[in-house]
Amino acid sequence: MHELSIALSILDLVEREAQRHGAVEVRAVHLKLGPLAGVVHKALLSAYGLACEICARPDCRLVIEETPILGDCPVCGGPQGVVSAQEMRCTICGTPITAVVGGRELEITAMEMVP
Amino acid sequence: MTNHPRLVQVRQQVLKHNDVVARALRRRCAAAGVFVVSLVSSPGSGKTTFLEATLAALGRSRRVAALVGDLATDNDARRLARSGAPVRQIVTGAVCHLEAQMVQDALADWRLEDLDFLFIENVGNLVCPASYDLGENLRAVLFSVTEGEDKPQKYPTIFNTADLAVITKLDLAAAVEFDAAAAAASLAGVRPGMKVFQVSAKTGQGMSAWLEFLQASAPAQLAPAASCSEKRHL
Repeated sequence: MHELSIALSILDLVEREAQRHGAVEVRAVHLKLGPLAGVVHKALLSAYGLACEICARPDCRLVIEETPILGDCPVCGGPQGVVSAQEMRCTICGTPITAVVGGRELEITAMEMVP
Repeated sequence: MTNHPRLVQVRQQVLKHNDVVARALRRRCAAAGVFVVSLVSSPGSGKTTFLEATLAALGRSRRVAALVGDLATDNDARRLARSGAPVRQIVTGAVCHLEAQMVQDALADWRLEDLDFLFIENVGNLVCPASYDLGENLRAVLFSVTEGEDKPQKYPTIFNTADLAVITKLDLAAAVEFDAAAAAASLAGVRPGMKVFQVSAKTGQGMSAWLEFLQASAPAQLAPAASCSEKRHL
């Protein structure tokens, strides 16, 4: 349960970016979250609500975009989708992947700022 | 008049601070010629016993030290100190994992040049440590034969951030009817091709292969080797 610490880190970055851009208000923060980031979507949303109260930013929504797990397939080449985190095989040919190239994202991509 | 929000593109890793500290640690350790290995597992998987045996055996020919994280008590540090190696406890309080800053603080007054290997035993937890790069060169995930063969399937993320797996308490395998083939299949599912060691720190079974692997890994570390934990943000 480290989602509260993650949520506080997100709001810390929101604060800094808001200052850097001279925004008076941040309506939303957009986050890319991969299944292999070690952060649970629902738990993060709950923790984020609490973190907003702590940081006095009650009106800043957290918008989460879930990204897929991608792996290098030795047969099909390039990043390919995988069956699941439990079955790291290429969805096209079923060959086990050789490396994870996507799915570990925990990254802020955009913020909705006023003005 | 209502101000309409503008969408500002921002590319910021949420754990940027941790990653920055971890990278600095990795550089510092590389410059000092110390190879850093972290251990993660659930509580009770035998991390401390495994590390105690590793420190004692490796310490005969190489200079070794350890940091050990726990929510409370310095019991593990006292156990590990019996090996004769320098050991420092990191008490995390309510924090369920180690972060790079905690490692940096614990190492602040250490002369890393006096070491060949530094081991970091994380807090017993198969979830949260997955998110934090500690600046290690190698992350080992441990699970014991008593925990069930499907542990990797239940906690795929931590197995994905680790470079290798160690199956521990092999001396109990027969008693708990451990199915080695099922464990191998579970691991292969979450991490195809993952290197696996099977050991009993108690009897010494399998320890020599692990120790030889460590000895062989360290000299290659002239440039900072990127562990899986560092490759999170590809």
